[in-house]
Amino acid sequence: MKVVIVGNGKVGNSLAERLSSEGHDVVVIDNDPDNLKNSDTRMDIITVLGNGVSYTVQLEAGVPKADLLVAATPSDECNMLCCLVAHKLGAQHTIARVRNPEYAQQLVLMREDLGLTMAVNPELAASKEIARILAFPSATKIETFCKGRVELCEFTVPQGSPLHDLPLSSLYSKYRLKVLVCTVQRGDKVIIPQGDFTLQAGDHIGITASPAEIAAFFKAIDLTREKIRSVLVVGGSRIAYYLTRQLLDMGMDVTVVERDHKRCLELCEYFPKAIVIEGDGSDHELLMEEGLDKADAFVALTGNDEENILLSLFASASQVSKTITKVNRTALLKIAQQLPLDSVVSPKAVVTNQILQYARALDNSKGSNVETLYRMVGDRVEALEFFIAEGFDKHSVPLRDLPLGKDLLIACIIRKGKVIIPGGRDTIEIGDSVVVVTTKPFMKDIHDIFA
Amino acid sequence: MNYAMVLYVLGYICNVEALLMLLPLGVGLLYGESVGGTFGLTIVLLFAVGAVLTRKRPKKQTFYAKEGFVTVSLCWIVMSLFGALPLSLSGEVGSYVDCFFEIVSGFTTTGASVVANVEILSQNILFWRSFTHWIGGMGVLVFVLMVLPMAGQSSIHLMRAESPGPIVGKFVPKLRSTAILLYGIYMLLTVILIILLMLGGMSLFDSLIFSFGTAGTGGFANYAASVGHFGSAYIDWVITIFMILFGVNFNVYYMLFFGHFLQGLKNEEMRWYLGIIAVSTAIVTLNISHLYDSPLTALRYAAFQVSTIITTTGYATTDFALWPVLSHVVLLLLMIAGACAGSTGGGIKTSRIIISVKSAWQELRHLIHPRTVTRVQLDGRPVEEETRSTVGSFLTLYALIVAFSVLLLSVEGYDFNTTLSAVLACFNNVGPGIGLVGPMGNYGFFTPFSKLLLSFDMLLGRLEIFPMLVLFSPSVWRKSR
Repeated sequence: MKVVIVGNGKVGNSLAERLSSEGHDVVVIDNDPDNLKNSDTRMDIITVLGNGVSYTVQLEAGVPKADLLVAATPSDECNMLCCLVAHKLGAQHTIARVRNPEYAQQLVLMREDLGLTMAVNPELAASKEIARILAFPSATKIETFCKGRVELCEFTVPQGSPLHDLPLSSLYSKYRLKVLVCTVQRGDKVIIPQGDFTLQAGDHIGITASPAEIAAFFKAIDLTREKIRSVLVVGGSRIAYYLTRQLLDMGMDVTVVERDHKRCLELCEYFPKAIVIEGDGSDHELLMEEGLDKADAFVALTGNDEENILLSLFASASQVSKTITKVNRTALLKIAQQLPLDSVVSPKAVVTNQILQYARALDNSKGSNVETLYRMVGDRVEALEFFIAEGFDKHSVPLRDLPLGKDLLIACIIRKGKVIIPGGRDTIEIGDSVVVVTTKPFMKDIHDIFA
Repeated sequence: MNYAMVLYVLGYICNVEALLMLLPLGVGLLYGESVGGTFGLTIVLLFAVGAVLTRKRPKKQTFYAKEGFVTVSLCWIVMSLFGALPLSLSGEVGSYVDCFFEIVSGFTTTGASVVANVEILSQNILFWRSFTHWIGGMGVLVFVLMVLPMAGQSSIHLMRAESPGPIVGKFVPKLRSTAILLYGIYMLLTVILIILLMLGGMSLFDSLIFSFGTAGTGGFANYAASVGHFGSAYIDWVITIFMILFGVNFNVYYMLFFGHFLQGLKNEEMRWYLGIIAVSTAIVTLNISHLYDSPLTALRYAAFQVSTIITTTGYATTDFALWPVLSHVVLLLLMIAGACAGSTGGGIKTSRIIISVKSAWQELRHLIHPRTVTRVQLDGRPVEEETRSTVGSFLTLYALIVAFSVLLLSVEGYDFNTTLSAVLACFNNVGPGIGLVGPMGNYGFFTPFSKLLLSFDMLLGRLEIFPMLVLFSPSVWRKSR
């Protein structure tokens, strides 16, 4: 597939890296030579220097023959214009990053005229992710597969949990719940566990099951936390705006702390139900006054990554049961993962994954059959959903007799709308959807699962 | 330094060379010559070395510019060392040093020979000699990039180190597709040339030899009189045109073939290159017209000689050593200038000359208007400061290496023309110079030391100095770096 990316920022760059290593032809356009420097050495791509809106630059980058154009420059206007030009030149699909909420709302009106296939909004996507985590506080991260029939959720095994010292093979006999542990992060290592693996407190594990069974499982292992009722949000940025809206719709009490007076006025105009507080979110006194210790969840969304990390650590220390930290800088993201932070959300990573998923689905219609893809455990594990099409020759063979590769696990099989958490006797049939969890990157086809 | 990865690629190269040697082996068998003890033995040896080195893929596959440079230069040395074996084993060429010189001259597309009379060599040796031109012209590692699925994305370093020119880019996003396209264009042009030469009355074997020499801009022939042996105006013109074509940046062909026709024709480097050829041909034609009976014959000889020298091929249709001094000087200057970047030719490369001429002009303007802001442009795009300074240091090193080599070679005590032109002809991968090493002479009379020196010059010239020098800089080999 031929992909043109406009804007070699963080999103553009990590998209280019992923897509090119997955074998796509990638051309990156940027108007700053410093941004492009070394990109074509580090990755197998071509870079084009110039304004991505310009017709000649797009021609040079081969947009007319491109399957996908992603516009991820800092400016919304520029991104939309890029897509308009690309559409006119004949690009098959275009994705624009549009962050301004006002534009995002009226995109419904303009989308067709702009030739946009999809608009992505990092802040909105990140706020959705945060809302999802808050709706289900035991887990640090939740993804859904197969149109919501299966959930994949990550959480840390707490001290004194009944899961401690439990071999995975006796998990079912103990709880009678069809739950599959598919990833374990212990210290620095990521493991795709086999039946003889024994869990320990402190392991960060990922499990798959249907939503009902996950809820039952959390109850069984005493991990259910009270439903979150009150949330303290520090920073009144765009994410806060989207998040507040969603949380209020979910019936939670939201308190937003924002430094800027004007922004506070705006926020309280939008959300009369929310409590908007003007003040410095890093002020200890103020946080205590607003009942940090009584809040069920704390979300740090200031523009400063370091401040967010510090505030979340402080909130955890003040007995807030759930904290969520926004981290923008990719470099800090790695460091943040080493800290005892609950959940870390990066808008850029979220939006990169979103675009990547779209690109994969697009590629899917051209041969590869990955339906959805998620990256977990700090991008070190991939969960892929495959559709088993006619021509899969290993159907009706029990899983234990399949020559499966070592670093992967079949996490679930969906047959005619029913979820099967597979054991050794289960089989893969034509027409099934199969979710595979693997540490081996860049699987493209269901046949790649065989050793 | 990732030694394991460098050795792995070297092993791969050995396998590739063994495969390539199957061709001369086949030629030998076809002509009923004994090749078992020469090519057969070398192939077995190469496969053995290759098998040991490529036994298993190294775990760490990181590959940086440093490894790229070292791999490329080591690879060329190793290929030449093994490539010289069949020649040496056959005993037809002389000592091993002579054979090494001959094969380095082949791979670097120089075409300088130590053989006094090539017509007595066996067919398989002649074929291998010329075939090395064809391989060396586009580059061995570019070929390897086409077949070897390199891990990581840094294999561009290999291509950067091997491909000539100050700026090396790709046509298409994937390096592998770029390598395939490059070789595709190369093969297509070569096949067209083979057919055209056969139409001109050459035998298949002769047309292969001359096509390899022309395509790689090498210059080995299987007749003592080179192209002059045929005495045919048609063949002269066909080879002239194709030498010029192979001296053009292959990016231009990509653009011409794949729909960017106008952009291809507007290529600034190609325009300068063709301009230089036209002006030089005019000067030489006027200068030698009194030696020939018709101006048309003079034009034919002048055009052939100008293009053979500027593309650094080094064929001859006539003994240009007998021409007047003006023509000699023009030819020597063309030797230094060389062909376009990204072609199969050698020399400094037209684009470097354009960049340095423009930079000099810019400096001059700066003296007159100290506050002007200027930027050197090529093809309507600004040339980066880094590229400019690399071109500057390239030229400095170029001059230093020529001076140093001339100094070392002058120990032998031959006349100045011979000494200077031998160094220039080898360093620029041309082949024949003037004086004793003219088109009708050869390099056989030099001492083994001088032959090694000139071989080294040829490698330096083909790989454009930097990779070879990196190989000799201690910090590359130090463990801690």
